[in-house]
Formats: sequence, C-alpha cells, structure tokens
Amino acid sequence: MIRVQEQDFDVGEEYRRFCAGRTDVGGVCMFVGLVRDFAPIDGADVSISAMTLEHYPGMTEKQLADIEAEAQSRWQLDDTLIIHRYGRMEPGDQIVMVAVASTHRDAAFEAARFLMDWLKTKAPFWKKEETKDAAQWVDARESDDTAAKRWEKK
Amino acid sequence: MNLLYFAWLKEKTGVAKEDLPLADGVATVADLIEQLTARGGGFAEAFADSSIVRVAVNQEHVGLDAKLNDSDEVAFFPPITGG
Repeated sequence: MIRVQEQDFDVGEEYRRFCAGRTDVGGVCMFVGLVRDFAPIDGADVSISAMTLEHYPGMTEKQLADIEAEAQSRWQLDDTLIIHRYGRMEPGDQIVMVAVASTHRDAAFEAARFLMDWLKTKAPFWKKEETKDAAQWVDARESDDTAAKRWEKK
Repeated sequence: MNLLYFAWLKEKTGVAKEDLPLADGVATVADLIEQLTARGGGFAEAFADSSIVRVAVNQEHVGLDAKLNDSDEVAFFPPITGG
C-alpha cells in the first residue's frame, strides 16, 4: 500500500493495522526516516531549523507504486507499506516509513532496504532546508545513487 | 504539452505550469530545453546546466533524447532528494 500525505503517522498504529488478521507472516521489517537537526552544507555540518518537502502529485504515487511492485516481484513478500510525507517538518519529525512483511526475515530486511534506496532516487520529492540565515534546496547525494545502484539487475 | 516545473526550477523560471504547443523542429526533450532556454531570463538560468536538470514525460523518468508528443505532460526538476 502507498500513502502520500501531509499529516504525521503513528508507527505503532500503522504496525498493528499492517499485521491485523494475519497469521502467515513470519516477520515484519520497518524503517522510519526522521528530520535531522543538522546537514552538511558546503562541507560543514550546519544546524537545521526546519525543512519543506515538495513533491510531484501523481508522479509520486505512480513511482512509489512501481517501486512497491518491483519489490514484490523480486522477493516473496506477504505485504508492503510505504508512507511518505510532504510539507513543512521540524527536526525529530517523521518523514517516511516502509514496512515489509514476509515469511522469512532475509526477504523482509532486503526488501525494506531496497524500497528506501529506490524511493530516494526515483520518487519525486525535493527537500528545502531552513537554517537560521536562509533556506536552500538540498543537493542530491552521490551516496544515494550508489545505494540505489546496488539493486540494478546485472 | 503541459509543462511543469518543480523546486528551484519553479523558483528560477517563476512558473509552476504552462501550456505550450509542440513547436516545429522540437522533437526531443533536449530540443524543448533549447527552446525554453532561448526565452532568456530565469529560463536561461534554470536550464544553464542541463546536467543537474531531471525530466519526466507522462510521469516517467526519461533522458534528454526522449521523443515528445503534443499531448505529453513534461516535468522539469532537480535530482531527487526525498526519503
């Protein structure tokens, strides 16, 4: 399931709903991404007071659905969940959550990592960080591209 | 075509969306970028370095050589920084 929303989510509630009524699941792997209060800007860590996430409505949902379908075709999964927020957030706030349910843990761990790595390079979101002086768009990171590349099929 | 601009491309061009008929001689995304750059001002600034501009046609990521149709939705944005 895919959800793109402005409002916060409750991880416990999401987990309970995700597992409700299922007895065939062997394990659930979850990842939650948070807003950090610092970011590297021009080579030095700078304090961040807030960030705003812009996205491309329509394409975001389409890309996330494609990413989810790709995970389900690569691993034997019982269910998947991706929640991604947009709008203004402050340090400590939750930005993204992925959950993967599978019979065995290896598939759940790997698929959760795959979902995060791929959404960071394919789902159209852009972060604008606010420092005490200014707001600026975050540059894409090479490490995110490298992380996504590991999942390319040879 | 329906053109969309996001993040700093929206800020530099000053435009979020516009309708633009497919012009003669514009066959690919690269051609369209050349046409938009020729407007000068914020458009020239936004497309000054096409290596940091990403493009989607009909909500799929494409390269600069992608072909265009008049009914396409074409979006311009920076490299993605979500998650």
